[in-house]
Amino acid sequence: MSSPLKRVHGYLAEFTSTRDVFHAAEKVRDAGYSSWDVHSPFPVHGMDDAMGMPRSILPRFVLVGGILGLSTAFLLQFLTQVVIYPTVVQAKPANIYTIAAFFPVMFELTILFSAFTALFTCLVMMKLPRLNHPLFNSANFAKFSDDKFFICIEARDPKFSAEKTKAFLADIGGTSIELVEDEL
Amino acid sequence: MADAAVHDSHQSPSAGPSRAKVLLREPLVLNNRSYSWVTNRIAGIVENPQPKGWWFLVIPCAMLVAVMVFCFTFLVSTGVGVWGPNHPVAWGWDITNFVFWIGIGHAGTLISAILYLTRQKWRTAVNRAAEAMTIFAVMCAGLFPALHVGRVWMAWFLAPVPNSNAIWQNFKSPLLWDVFAVSTYFSVSVVFWFLGLVPDLATLRDRCQPGLRKMAYGLFALGWRGGNRQWRHYEVAYGLLAALSTPLVLSVHTVVSFDFATSIVPGWHTTIFPPYFVAGAIFGGFAMVLTLMIPVRKIYGLQDLFTMKHIDNMAKIILLTGTIVGYAYLMELFVAWYSGSLYEFDAFKWRILFGPYTWAYYGMFFCNVIAPQVFWWKKMRENLIVVMVVCMFVNAGMWFERFVIICTTLARDFLPGQWDMYHPSWVEIWTFIGTFGFFLMLFSLFLRFLPVIAIAEIKGVLPEADPHHDPDQSKRANIVAAPVYDGDQHLSASEANSSPVARPAHS
Repeated sequence: MSSPLKRVHGYLAEFTSTRDVFHAAEKVRDAGYSSWDVHSPFPVHGMDDAMGMPRSILPRFVLVGGILGLSTAFLLQFLTQVVIYPTVVQAKPANIYTIAAFFPVMFELTILFSAFTALFTCLVMMKLPRLNHPLFNSANFAKFSDDKFFICIEARDPKFSAEKTKAFLADIGGTSIELVEDEL
Repeated sequence: MADAAVHDSHQSPSAGPSRAKVLLREPLVLNNRSYSWVTNRIAGIVENPQPKGWWFLVIPCAMLVAVMVFCFTFLVSTGVGVWGPNHPVAWGWDITNFVFWIGIGHAGTLISAILYLTRQKWRTAVNRAAEAMTIFAVMCAGLFPALHVGRVWMAWFLAPVPNSNAIWQNFKSPLLWDVFAVSTYFSVSVVFWFLGLVPDLATLRDRCQPGLRKMAYGLFALGWRGGNRQWRHYEVAYGLLAALSTPLVLSVHTVVSFDFATSIVPGWHTTIFPPYFVAGAIFGGFAMVLTLMIPVRKIYGLQDLFTMKHIDNMAKIILLTGTIVGYAYLMELFVAWYSGSLYEFDAFKWRILFGPYTWAYYGMFFCNVIAPQVFWWKKMRENLIVVMVVCMFVNAGMWFERFVIICTTLARDFLPGQWDMYHPSWVEIWTFIGTFGFFLMLFSLFLRFLPVIAIAEIKGVLPEADPHHDPDQSKRANIVAAPVYDGDQHLSASEANSSPVARPAHS
C-alpha cells in the first residue's frame, strides 16, 4: 500500500481555545484563503461568519423531500381508494371528499420523506461517508474530537505557499504546525 | 439563559457599583470541568470494564428475552387463543402494553426535539439516553401489534401492498394510520439518534487502538472530521430533524388515541383523547427516563453532567403533565355526565363505582395524580429516593391507565348480555415481563457500547465553548455565582471523581 510518492494535503495548525481558533479563522478568511477548514470537537457558535460562509442550503432539499412525501401519500391513498378500487366503507364516500381521512398518512409520509432527505442530503453535503482522509495521517489530529481545535489550509488553495502559509499559521497563533501528506 | 448574563457583563467590563448585581444561572456542568474531562468520563464508560452490577442486570434480562421469545413462539405455533382476549374484551394486555411502551418513548423525543427547539440547554445531558430509550421502547411496542394479529405470516397485509385480489389496505382506518405513524416515528427517531451519535462515534474511534473496535466505530462515524464545513450542514440538519420530530411525536400518540376515539364504544368515543394521551405519554416517559438515569448517574459517576438541576426540571415536568392527566381524568368524567349520554355515563359508573375493575381505576388515579403532587415541595424533588419511588408509581400508573381505558371499557359495553371478565393468561404475563427484559437488555448494551451522554453537545454548553467567553469574567464585581443546587450532598465532587468505573482509559 505504501508508496514513496506522497502528495501534500496541507498545513495543519493546532489551537487550544474556541476564542483563539475563532479569531484565527477570521484572519484566514481575511487573508483570502478558500480551501481550508476549522476542525472542532463541537460546532463553534458564529464560526460560519468567521469563515465567511453562507447559511447551508440544506432546508431547500428538505422542502422538496417533504413535498414529495406529501404527494406520494396523497397519490398512494387517492389512487388506491378512489381511482383503482373505490372502497366505500366507514360511511365515507370514495371521491375527493375522502381526503380528510387521508390526512394522517399524508402527514406521516411528509415527515418521513423530509427526515430521510435531511439525513442523506446532509451526508452528501458533508462529503461523507468516507473510509479515510489524509488528515487521519496526522497523529495529532485525533485530538480534534477531544479538546483541541485545528485549522487546516489545503495545498490545492491557490494562495497556498510552502513557506508563507506555514509562517501565516504560526503568526495567527497556531501551534504544532505540521505538513499533512497523503500517500498515493 | 446563562449566556444572557455573561453577555451583559461582557458589554460592561467596568462594572460600576451602581449596576445591579447579575446573578448567574447555575452552570450546566458542575465543578468547571474541562473538555477532556468530559471526553474521558463519558468515553471511559464504554472503554473500561463494566461494573459487576452490569452483568447482574444483563444476564437476567437476557433470560427474560429468552422467555419472551418462547412465549411468542408458543403464540405463533398455537394461535392467539393462548392469550386471554376473547369476546367482548378483544384487546387485552397486548394493546395495553403496546400503548404503554409507545408512550414511554415520547419523553425521549420531547427531550431531544422540543427542548432543543425551545433552547433548553440542560437537555444535552439527557437527550442521548432518552432517545435510546425511545427507540428501545418503540421496538418493544411494535412486537405487540405485529404478534396479536393472529396469523403473523400475514403481517405484510399492514404494508401498502395489494393482496392477491388486488384489494388495497383501507387507508381510512385509524389502525392503518397507526402503522404509518409508529413506523415513521421509529425511523425518524433512529435517524435523529444516529445523526447525533456521529461526532461521538468519531471521539470513540479516535481514542481506540487500531483493531476491530476502531474499525467498527470508524465505520459508523462515517469519517467524521469535525470540520466547520461539515458542522454547518450538520447543525442545520439536526435542527430540521428536531423541527420535524416535534409535530411527529405529538401526532404519534394522537393517532394511537384515534384507534379508540374513532370507535363508538362508550368510554372511548371522546374528543379529549389526543391531548390526554400525549400528556400521559410525556408524563410516563419522563418517569422512565428518571428511573433509568438516576441509577446510571450514580453508578457511572456522572453527577457533574447530569446534575440535581436536571432531576429537578424533570420532576417539575412530571408534576405538570401528571396534573394535566389528572385534569383529563376529571374532565372525562364531567363530560360523561354533562353530555347526557346514558351509555357514556354508565361506562364511567362501571369504571369507577360498580365495575369489576374499580381497583385498577383507583390505582391509576393514585399513581398518576396523587403521587406526583409531592413534587410541589423542593425537598421532595431533591430527595432521590422519593423521586425514584414516585417514578415507579408513575410507571405503574401509566400502565394501569391503559388497562383501565382498554379492558374495563370493553368488559362493559352496550348490552349486559355481552358483559364478561377479562383475565390475562400466563403467556401474556410472561410476554410483558419479557419485554422489560428486552428493553433493559438493549439499554445495558447501549451503555456498554455507545456514549450515554452526547459528548459533543455537552462540550458545546460549557462556558469556554463560547468564542466570546472571557475566562476572567467570574472575577468581576457585579457577577454573583449562583448557589449550587446541592441536593445530592452525599455525592460530593471528590467522590464523583474517584468513581472506580469512569477513569480515563488513556492518560
